[in-house]
Amino acid sequence: MNSTTITLDTTGLLCPLPLIRAQDLAKELAPGSSFLLLASDPGVYYDIPAWCRMHGHEIFHVEESSQENVIQMWIRTAETSNRASE
Amino acid sequence: MHAGTGYSLNQRFHQIVEFVDMEQPTTTRAVKAIALISGGLDSLLATKVILDQGIDIEGVNFFTGFCVEGHTHAIRKRQREKIKRNNSLWVAEQLGIKLHIVDVVQEYKDIVLNPKHGYGKNLNPCLDCKIFMVERALNMVGFDGHSFDFAISGEVIGQRPKSQRRETMAIISRESGANDRLLRPLCAKNLPSTLPEREGWVNREALHDFSGRSRKPQMTLAAEYGFTDYAQPAGGCCFLTDQNYSSKLSDLWNTRGQRDYELDDIVLLKVGRHLRPNNRFKLILAREEGENNFLKGYRQQYIQIDIASHTGPLALIDGDPNENDLRVASRIVARYSQGRNESEVCARVRFPDGEEKNMSIQPYSAHEIPEHWHIGV
Repeated sequence: MNSTTITLDTTGLLCPLPLIRAQDLAKELAPGSSFLLLASDPGVYYDIPAWCRMHGHEIFHVEESSQENVIQMWIRTAETSNRASE
Repeated sequence: MHAGTGYSLNQRFHQIVEFVDMEQPTTTRAVKAIALISGGLDSLLATKVILDQGIDIEGVNFFTGFCVEGHTHAIRKRQREKIKRNNSLWVAEQLGIKLHIVDVVQEYKDIVLNPKHGYGKNLNPCLDCKIFMVERALNMVGFDGHSFDFAISGEVIGQRPKSQRRETMAIISRESGANDRLLRPLCAKNLPSTLPEREGWVNREALHDFSGRSRKPQMTLAAEYGFTDYAQPAGGCCFLTDQNYSSKLSDLWNTRGQRDYELDDIVLLKVGRHLRPNNRFKLILAREEGENNFLKGYRQQYIQIDIASHTGPLALIDGDPNENDLRVASRIVARYSQGRNESEVCARVRFPDGEEKNMSIQPYSAHEIPEHWHIGV
């Protein structure tokens, strides 16, 4: 997990906002980059894996702090770019 | 066969559209559509119908802040115990398409506050909302960097009293700027032909002629496709169609003296009991443990009250209460605590700056809380 340098803190936000923030960050990162998502809404257990499957991203580690109710997901973005601009 | 579409490569070849740029050599690419995905059955079916004709489709779901989808399931404990899926993501996965989820909370304010076509039964600006979403979708760029040739919507003539009528459908097409680039596959045969039909990108004969409020044609089509686990929201996908929610939003605007809101405001309208004893303040009272925990997250923004001497709910104070108002609020909170039958309990008031004070108060009895204090019940 040491290679992760970017942390995206979405604690306090309700789904789908953690996913939207992760999606927006992934667009800015180079393909194959990693980041750590912090979230408090357990909805990320569905949303983030579904989004990763859809776009070829990978969740390579998950931890939950029971005391703080913070979910930590380490995500690696797809090797090929999937970005869209508006 | 082309993967996932049931179409041969030869058939698909005929759906190549040619673009000529005066400064670039002639280039070709596949026809590309954007589908509005609410997560419900109609958008699932409408997209599937066109996907089966070999069109390259991406989906879009707009997060307005009023979506029934998502937000609320994280708050209440009994709903939290089972992780609920996001239906727009589920639909996209079923269809094998990529989905854009777009945060439009800020720009959507203008739709809610100033709807050109007015509101529906409650504070639902359905017609303006649809115009906004179609326009926004067609202005997006796909994941491959290409723009979209047309948009797909799951609307059905007569399905909704405000936005899904023949006359209003024409308004949506015109005012969104989509014009004949908006295709409604479930009722297309009841409408004039659109660009994708006339250009032969889409076979009109394979589209449908659904109309009215009955869901049977959609359920039959879903069964034909083998979709069984689709979402069936009872009250639509937007809180603004809900009478209780709209009452709370009206109250917010009336007492603040301006029609405006922030995301936290409209999220809190989904949580707890709301009681307004006077125009200076409103009480948001948790109904169960999950809401209690959720309201704790607002300790730096709102005054909080709970009953220190007994088990009971947490309450937030929205507004500018005076000393007597805090006493009234505490007596209400005590009414919903385990100390409701005591002659005196200890209420704890916490202020956003960290200051805290305790008050000895007598819980209200049931008849001392007037019915008109309750908002949106």
